[in-house]
Amino acid sequence: MPLTPEDVSRIAHLARLELSPTEGSAMQTQLNDFFKIVEQMSAVDTSGLEPLHTPLSAIGNVELRLRPDAVTETNNREANMANAPAADEGLFLVPKVIE
Amino acid sequence: MSAGLQKELHTLGVAELGRALAAKTTSSVEATQALLARARADTHGAFLVVDEAAALASAKAADAKRESGAAGADHPLLGVPIAHKDIFVTQESATTAGSKMLEGYKSPFDATVVARLKAAGAVSLGKLNCDEFAMGSANENSAYGPVRNPWDATRVPGGSSGGTAAAVAAQLVPAATGTDTGGSIRQPASFTGTTGIKPTYGVCSRFGMIAFASSLDQAGTIARSAEDCALLLSAMSGFDERDATSVQRPPQDFHAEMLKARDGATAAQPLRGLRIGLPKEFFPAALAADVGGRVRAALAEMEKLGATLVDVSLPRTELSIPVYYIIAPAEASSNLSRYDGVRYGHRAEQYGDLMDMYKKSRSEAFGPEVKRRIMIGTYVLSHGYYDAYYLQAQKLRRMIADDFQHCFQQCDLIAGPVAPTVAWKLGEQGDDPVKAYLADIFTLPGSLAGLPGMSVPAGLGEGGMPVGLQLLGNYFAEGTLLHAAHALQLATDFHLQRPKA
Repeated sequence: MPLTPEDVSRIAHLARLELSPTEGSAMQTQLNDFFKIVEQMSAVDTSGLEPLHTPLSAIGNVELRLRPDAVTETNNREANMANAPAADEGLFLVPKVIE
Repeated sequence: MSAGLQKELHTLGVAELGRALAAKTTSSVEATQALLARARADTHGAFLVVDEAAALASAKAADAKRESGAAGADHPLLGVPIAHKDIFVTQESATTAGSKMLEGYKSPFDATVVARLKAAGAVSLGKLNCDEFAMGSANENSAYGPVRNPWDATRVPGGSSGGTAAAVAAQLVPAATGTDTGGSIRQPASFTGTTGIKPTYGVCSRFGMIAFASSLDQAGTIARSAEDCALLLSAMSGFDERDATSVQRPPQDFHAEMLKARDGATAAQPLRGLRIGLPKEFFPAALAADVGGRVRAALAEMEKLGATLVDVSLPRTELSIPVYYIIAPAEASSNLSRYDGVRYGHRAEQYGDLMDMYKKSRSEAFGPEVKRRIMIGTYVLSHGYYDAYYLQAQKLRRMIADDFQHCFQQCDLIAGPVAPTVAWKLGEQGDDPVKAYLADIFTLPGSLAGLPGMSVPAGLGEGGMPVGLQLLGNYFAEGTLLHAAHALQLATDFHLQRPKA
């Protein structure tokens, strides 16, 4: 079923995007065009197949590597916060969240 | 050095320049200055940042190291100028990923690939333009302007590593880094007559590579020969504990693998015994005649060198388009949720509450293609649609990967075109993103499977524009790929054709 303007608004909210009315209607057309080529996927029987999340698991078992639970990074707070749009005394500033 | 020879420094590839530096017929400072002058004068929009001071400092350090005798034959990149796609974070210069979102962003660390090339003595001239967050196949999605193809400035250079490909084709640098998620190294290499390699997923560290689709993203390089690709890849690759999907294998000398003669090879037939599979789906009736013709001519050259061509099939080639354009946007929507205007990146000037700040910051700073992919990804991961789209795509991805394994029982390499046409004109695809997605058909299957792939120049097609031959290998068969491409380049001069100035 094609996406409606309401669907597009709902997805935009989930994606934390604000689309202008023009952007929203172009998006609706483009997404619906795209999902036309997606339809062919549903015709394939994939029952019993394991999803392939990471490519090398096509040829073997891929296990997530764990590292020892030890501190390896030094304190680099100033450099790490240097790109913050608003910061004060080592804290990131955001609009008031709790009334 | 004579003035005449100095003028030609930009024509030298990585290996040649390395030899000239070792023989002291030039210095890194001299080569770096010559290339900086070309980068400054470039009109293709390839560079986003030319960092002259840092480049000259590294060049001086490389010359000093060589002078001290500390450098031997094991340092083929010492003093060789390169540049990085602006998707790799660098401490020295800003990193934008081609997005307004990261305008002026200064990384507190270097990407592993950047650090390794630096440790090998390569001199970075700066950062190269690319599609925003590597999403695009024409470099028209950069927030900092398009890149033009050095072969014809009215045409695109391909993407997303368009700046990389243009810089190498225009001889601004002998080689540069790129990344390939769905073809972003192979396709621009094809469009610019350069040689590009994307290794097996996990061979190069993703640490410090700005994430687009983490199960697909892989670093690689574009140069003007397979040999030069091998030299860079050896330095860039190898296990990195900072990347959870980095493969734990010993460091590889791809240059040595490239030179290693095949069993039973002769001087006239270096590819004897090599079986090259041609998937019938890679040669559809709709394939542009110039592209099909050039690809078959290059394959005929490989046959002369002893290779055997065999017919194979990749029956889900066409399905790889929706599968990729579900999986990559799903991963992108998740990865790009980090851009919230709080810790780094763009924050809107005017906003109400926190939610409004998120929405306005993201909407102002992301371009249209990035927004589309975030929307697709968010939708296919959302409740009620996850199974039908995302999970189904992941299952089809396994079928696509299995199809390749089936093929590799009958052949050692797979070959076909990189793209269905030569480079198109800027603006030609207009407002039809699906049209652009369809043109990725030949590069997406290998990306989904995580296989290594190359684009190797195969001569000129329509409008005098380059055509690339795509070679795909099995997992970790980079050596076989590079050996075959090198053999072709020793016997032919497709890779030596240059755009008219």
